Amino acid sequence: MGDSQYSFSLTTFSPSGKLVQIEHALQAVGSGHTSLGIKAANGVVIATEKKLPSILVDETSVQKIQLLTPNIGVVYSGIGPDSRVLVRKSRKSAQQYYRLYKEQIPVTQLVRETAAVMQEFTQSGGVRPFGVSLLIAGFDDSGPQLFQVDPSGSYFSWKASAMGRNVSNAKTFLEKRYTEDMELDDAVHTAILTLKEGFEGQISGKNIEIGIIGTDRSFRGANSS
Amino acid sequence: MVGKNCFAIASDRRFGVQLQTIATDFQRIFKIHDKVFLGLSGLATDAQTLYQRLVFRHKLFQLREERDMKPETFASLVSAILYEKRFGPYFCQPVIAGLGDDNKPFICTMDSIGAKELAKDFVVAGTASESLYGACESMYKPDMEPDELFETISQALQASVDRDCLSGWGGHVYVV
Repeated sequence: MGDSQYSFSLTTFSPSGKLVQIEHALQAVGSGHTSLGIKAANGVVIATEKKLPSILVDETSVQKIQLLTPNIGVVYSGIGPDSRVLVRKSRKSAQQYYRLYKEQIPVTQLVRETAAVMQEFTQSGGVRPFGVSLLIAGFDDSGPQLFQVDPSGSYFSWKASAMGRNVSNAKTFLEKRYTEDMELDDAVHTAILTLKEGFEGQISGKNIEIGIIGTDRSFRGANSS
Repeated sequence: MVGKNCFAIASDRRFGVQLQTIATDFQRIFKIHDKVFLGLSGLATDAQTLYQRLVFRHKLFQLREERDMKPETFASLVSAILYEKRFGPYFCQPVIAGLGDDNKPFICTMDSIGAKELAKDFVVAGTASESLYGACESMYKPDMEPDELFETISQALQASVDRDCLSGWGGHVYVV
């Protein structure tokens, strides 16, 4: 706060056309844990580092990758509690869709719904934007899909993407390693390697988390060994 | 009625109030898109309102998702819309017929509050439903080609409509 007179109200544009609070939200994402996702030919993998504040924290109780529907998973970078609000709202809209059509919500539709919520929080009074970016991975009738949703409510479909701390390094690494015909196994391997790049200390099954979805269309967490 | 990679949907054309016939060119079968058709028997005003609401919802769906609804999905939508009016229902009994992925036929009917009834051969609705059951049961064969299906459904419709004083005045038959 105090950066400028436009930083107090998030619904006030600065003269240069920016909404300063959204910039701050992106800042929160940028300093959060690194997460990344890779879309392979036959599935999608998302991964994140799970760094705990103390060794005394029971690491089995921390779950950063979550299920939205049986065939769609999500991972966040940024403020954890903010992500839980989004996950709750997304799950609710997925269930509403299912109740109406007796059909699982397509990934694009769920992403759109989630992005709409995030946009709403940049224009409503008395609220602040979410301090998280999401990577949403799913597999539906139109194949494997990977989306990134930002605090502003904008969303993009990616072949591979990263967010959080060390984004630029991770993205350059992914650009070098990515190929169109990559299989899911290779993608998992690449995902771990990318996380390793910017990781402080030894990587192990306990301090990273991985979620994969393949042609069986069921999203699951994978234990990395 | 279901055939081999095809379906047919038929109705009569009479619009009447009890024993009084008002019109003989009534349309109660509607096209939702190229591969889904909807028949609405019952109170004509409710049938038309319901049709308008369903077309509205389907158009929004098309714009949002850039695809047509599968027949199963459309049936669930109809069911949900009917059940919204659980305690003051539309006096309609819908029949939904369509072709799904790889042209697999789907048919179903439901009551006025949206309880689905799925079948793999034929479904019937309306005042002549009892005689239609009999006619369809005796004439239906599985895996009919479109031409044969047209003949069968038309004969079944005519036979049962003649046994019902509230139906008749010609018919509409669609084969997809």
